[in-house]
Amino acid sequence: MINVSTAVPNDNLIVERQSSILVKGRQRKNQLKCDAESIAGCVSQRACVYCGARVVLNPVTDAIHLVHGPIGCASYTWDIRGSLSSGSELYRNSFSTDLKENDVIFGGEKKLARAIDELVEKYKAELVFVYSTCVVGVIGDDLEAVCKAAAQKHGIQVIPVQSSGFIGNKSAGYRAACDALLRLIEPPGGPRPLNNGRLVKSVNYLGDFNLAGEAWIIKDYLKRIGVEVNVVFTGDSNYRDLKKAPEASLNIMQCAGSMAYLARRMEVLYGIPSMRISFLGLEDTAASLRRIAAFFDDPEMMRRAEELIEQETAAVRPEIERYREKLSGKKAAIYVGGGFKAISLIKQFREIGIDVVMVGTQTGREEEYQTLHDISDDGTVILDDANPSELERFMIEQGAHLLVGGVKERPLAYKLGVAFIDHNHDRKHPLSGYVGAVNFAREVYSTVCSPVWKYARDVGGGLYAAGNKALPER
Amino acid sequence: MPRETKHYRNVNENPCNMCMPMGGILPFKGIEDAMVIIHGSQGCSTYMRRHIAEHYNEPIDVGSSSLNEKGTIYGGSQNLFQALDNIRKVYKPRLIGILTSCLAETIGEDVEGIARDYLKQRGLDDFPLVAVSTPGYGGTHSEGYWLAVKKTVVALARPTEKHDGINVIVPNLSPADIREIKRILELMDIKYTLLPDISETLDRPIARPYTKIPPGGTKVEAIRRMPGAAATIQFGITVEENVSPGRYLQSQFGVPLYNLPVPMGVEATDMFVGLLAGLAGGSVPKTLELERGRLLDCMVDSHKYNAQGRGAVFGDPELVYAVVRTCAENGLYPAVVATGSGNTGLEDLLEPVLADCPGEVRFHNETDFAQIRTTCRETGVNIAIGHSDGKYLTEKEGIPLARMGFPIHDRVGGQRLLSVGYTGTTMFLDRITNTLLEYKHKNYRAAMYRKFYRNTGIEERGHTSLMGQAFGSEECPQLIPVLRGELR
Repeated sequence: MINVSTAVPNDNLIVERQSSILVKGRQRKNQLKCDAESIAGCVSQRACVYCGARVVLNPVTDAIHLVHGPIGCASYTWDIRGSLSSGSELYRNSFSTDLKENDVIFGGEKKLARAIDELVEKYKAELVFVYSTCVVGVIGDDLEAVCKAAAQKHGIQVIPVQSSGFIGNKSAGYRAACDALLRLIEPPGGPRPLNNGRLVKSVNYLGDFNLAGEAWIIKDYLKRIGVEVNVVFTGDSNYRDLKKAPEASLNIMQCAGSMAYLARRMEVLYGIPSMRISFLGLEDTAASLRRIAAFFDDPEMMRRAEELIEQETAAVRPEIERYREKLSGKKAAIYVGGGFKAISLIKQFREIGIDVVMVGTQTGREEEYQTLHDISDDGTVILDDANPSELERFMIEQGAHLLVGGVKERPLAYKLGVAFIDHNHDRKHPLSGYVGAVNFAREVYSTVCSPVWKYARDVGGGLYAAGNKALPER
Repeated sequence: MPRETKHYRNVNENPCNMCMPMGGILPFKGIEDAMVIIHGSQGCSTYMRRHIAEHYNEPIDVGSSSLNEKGTIYGGSQNLFQALDNIRKVYKPRLIGILTSCLAETIGEDVEGIARDYLKQRGLDDFPLVAVSTPGYGGTHSEGYWLAVKKTVVALARPTEKHDGINVIVPNLSPADIREIKRILELMDIKYTLLPDISETLDRPIARPYTKIPPGGTKVEAIRRMPGAAATIQFGITVEENVSPGRYLQSQFGVPLYNLPVPMGVEATDMFVGLLAGLAGGSVPKTLELERGRLLDCMVDSHKYNAQGRGAVFGDPELVYAVVRTCAENGLYPAVVATGSGNTGLEDLLEPVLADCPGEVRFHNETDFAQIRTTCRETGVNIAIGHSDGKYLTEKEGIPLARMGFPIHDRVGGQRLLSVGYTGTTMFLDRITNTLLEYKHKNYRAAMYRKFYRNTGIEERGHTSLMGQAFGSEECPQLIPVLRGELR
C-alpha cells in the first residue's frame, strides 16, 4: 500500500497529519481521515464550536445575539459577516456579558439574567439567542434555567445555544445552532407532521446566509418558476417567518455541512422531505432548478424552469466564455469550510477552463470526500483540516495559480505569488446563481490575469537565480 | 475642563476592546524567529489570527493546543506538549511564547510549570519558552500586550556587562511607526534594542524565498543584553507598574527608565528627540529640525480647520493619550475619550493636556460602542479617531472616522499608517484635517440652506434638485447631524 508519507514525503509534515492527506490515483480510496479533532500545534485553520453556531444563527435578523462569556468571543464576531437584511438590523450588534474574573469565580448566572433583562427592555425583541463559551461550560452556569426564567418573565423566546468551544469542532457548533433552531420552530404542544394544511409549492431554503443578497437572488429564481420560499435558514430570516417553517412542503439545502442535521430532524419531526441543491455555477444552478421542478411534478413549472435556465444562461454565457478563453489551462487550489462548497467549486472551475490541483476543507465529511475524490483529476491533492504549512507546500508543488479560501489564507497566497478568491462569509458580492457565476468568473480573471504578477512574482532574492523551482511556472 | 466619567454595566453592547491573549500575540510577532501558541480550544487562535491577518494583510501563524473535552477535564499538558513538539518541527523557532486562554486559566493550568517540565523532558534547557498568563477575562488586549512584553524580558534578561546601547520599548504601533522611530534613532546615531520590533515581520516585502516565520524582529540575544543598557525609553505612560517591562529592568537591573508618551505631536516628539540628544551627548540633526519646521507649518496651515473639530478618541489607552494630546496641540479638543480598558489613569494624565479645552470632556473606561455612540450624539462629536470598529459611529450617527490604531479591517494599509515623529505627526494631522474638510464640503451647502433659507419660509423653488440629492438622507447618513442642525 502506498501511503502519504511515500506519496508526499516532506521533512515538515507532521506524522499525525499523514492520514488526512492523499493524492488521487496514488492511493486507495477511503483512506482520508476527516471529521476528527485538530492536532495540537498544527496551526489548523478551523475555528470553534461557538464559531459554527454563531455563523449559522447570526443572520436571524431580529434576534438579540448575546454571548455569555468573556469579551473576546463577542469582539471577534461583531458584524463581520456579509448577511443582508430586508428588515431588522438588530443582528448586526454583538452583545456580551463580558465576564470578568469575579464572575468566573462566583458564577455568571445573575449577570446573564440582568443582561437579558436590559437588552429585552431596550430592544423589544421577541427572540434571544444566548451562546455559551468555553468558560461557561467549565464554571457550570445553568443556561437552560436562566433562559427559561427570562423567557417566562418577558413572555418571549430565550434559547440557549450550547456552544462551548472545547466540546468539539465547528461542526458541533452547526449542530448546536440547528438544535436552537429546532426549539425555535417547534409549535406549542410539540412537533407533529402537518399532513393537512401544508403549503403547496412552498420550500424552506436551508443553508443560505444571504451574503450580498444571495438568498434574494435564489428566491427570485424560484418565484419565477412558481415556487414560494417559505423561509430561509437563516439568511434574512426573522422570528415570525422561522416559526412558519413546519408548513413548507420541501426543504432545499445549499450548505449541507451546517444544515444536514436540521433537514434530517425536520423530516422526522414534521415529515418534510429534503433535497440537496447548489446554486454555485451554471451547471449546478440549472440542475438544481430542474430537480426542484421535478419534485413538484408540475409540467408548467418545468417549462418555466427551462425558460429561465435558457434565458439566464444566454445572458451570461458570452461574458463567461470571454473569461474562459483567458483562463483556460490555469490551475486552482481550493481550501474552504465545507465539503459541499468544495464539490461545487470544482465543477464551477471546470466551467471556466480551470483544473483543480488541490482541494481541502475544514469540516468536510466522509461522503463528501468520497465525492471530491470521484470528481477530481488524478494527481489532485485532497486534504482535510489543513494548515498554512501544508497549503504553502501543496500550492507550490502543484503549481497552483489561484487559491480559493478565506481571510486567513489570503495573505499566504499573495505572498507566494498566487492569485486569490475570497469565498468566505464576509464577501460583499454574490457568488450564487447566474449573476454569481459571472461575478465568480470575473473575480477569477481579475486576480489570475492581473498585471501585478508581472512584477510581484519575479522578484529578487535569488530564487530564480539559484534555479530553485519553488514557485509555479506561469 | 469639566469632566465626567461613566462606568461599566451588565452587558457590553458592541465591544471597544479585544481580549488579553490577542494582545499577547503581537509582541511575539516582533521577536526574531519566534512562534506563539495559545493554550486553549482551537477557536481562540483562529479568531485572533483572522483578526490580525485582516489588519496587517500578512500570514499570521499561531499555534493552538486544541484543548478538547478530555483535556479540559484531565488537564491539558499533553496537548501543550504535542503543540510544542509540532510547532518546533514545522517552524523551527528559536523562541516560543505560550499564552493561556480563558479555558486554560479556568481549569487551573499551571502553564509555567508545564513549560518547565517540557524543557526538562526534551532536554532543552536553554530554549526560551515564555509562558504568559492571559485569561480573556483578566483584562483587554492592551494589558495582554504589555504583559507579554514584560514576561519576555523577565524570561530572557540576565545580568550582563554594561554597554552604551539603549532599550526602546514600544506599545502596539504600526510597522510604519516603528520604522520611523528606528530612523530617528539611527539619525541620532544611537545604538538601541527596540522591543518588540514588528516593522519588518508584520509589513513584509514580497521576497523570495518565502519563509514560514517572517524575517526581522528583535533578536533574542539583544533582549538578553537589555539589562546592560545605559537607559530604557518606554513609550508607555499609561502602562501600569505591574506589567511595565521598563520598570522591571529598572528595579531588577538598575537601568534608568524614561517613561515617555508615544512620540506624536510637537511636545512628545521633542521630549523623545531631546532625550536622545541628551543621552548621546550630541545635537539634533538638521534633517529632524527641518521636519519639525514642516510639522509646525502644517499645524499653522490647518489650525482653524482643526478648531472646528469636536472629537471622539477611542482605543488602546496609550494611543488614545497620544492622539488626544496631538490633536489638542492644534486646537482640536475631544468631547469623548474612551477605552475598553479599565485603565483609569487616562483622566488624570490628560488633565493638564486639556486644561484649556473650552468644552466638556467625557471619559469612558471599560466602555463599549453603544455608550460611545450615545455620548457622541449628546456632545455633538463631528470626528471620530480610532480603530475601524468606529465605522459603527459613521453608519449610525454620520460621524466621519479617521482610522488609526488596531485593528483596521475595512480599509487597506493599517500597517503603513505613519503617525509618529515630526513627519508622522504631519501626516496624521493632514488625515485628520482632510477628514474634517471632506465632511464639511459634503454638508455645508445643505446645512446653510436649511438654516438660513428654508427657515425664512421662502419657497424652496430652485433648490429642489439640490435638496432631493442632498436630503436623500436615508442613503446618506452623513447628513443626519446636518438635519438635526448640529453642523458646526
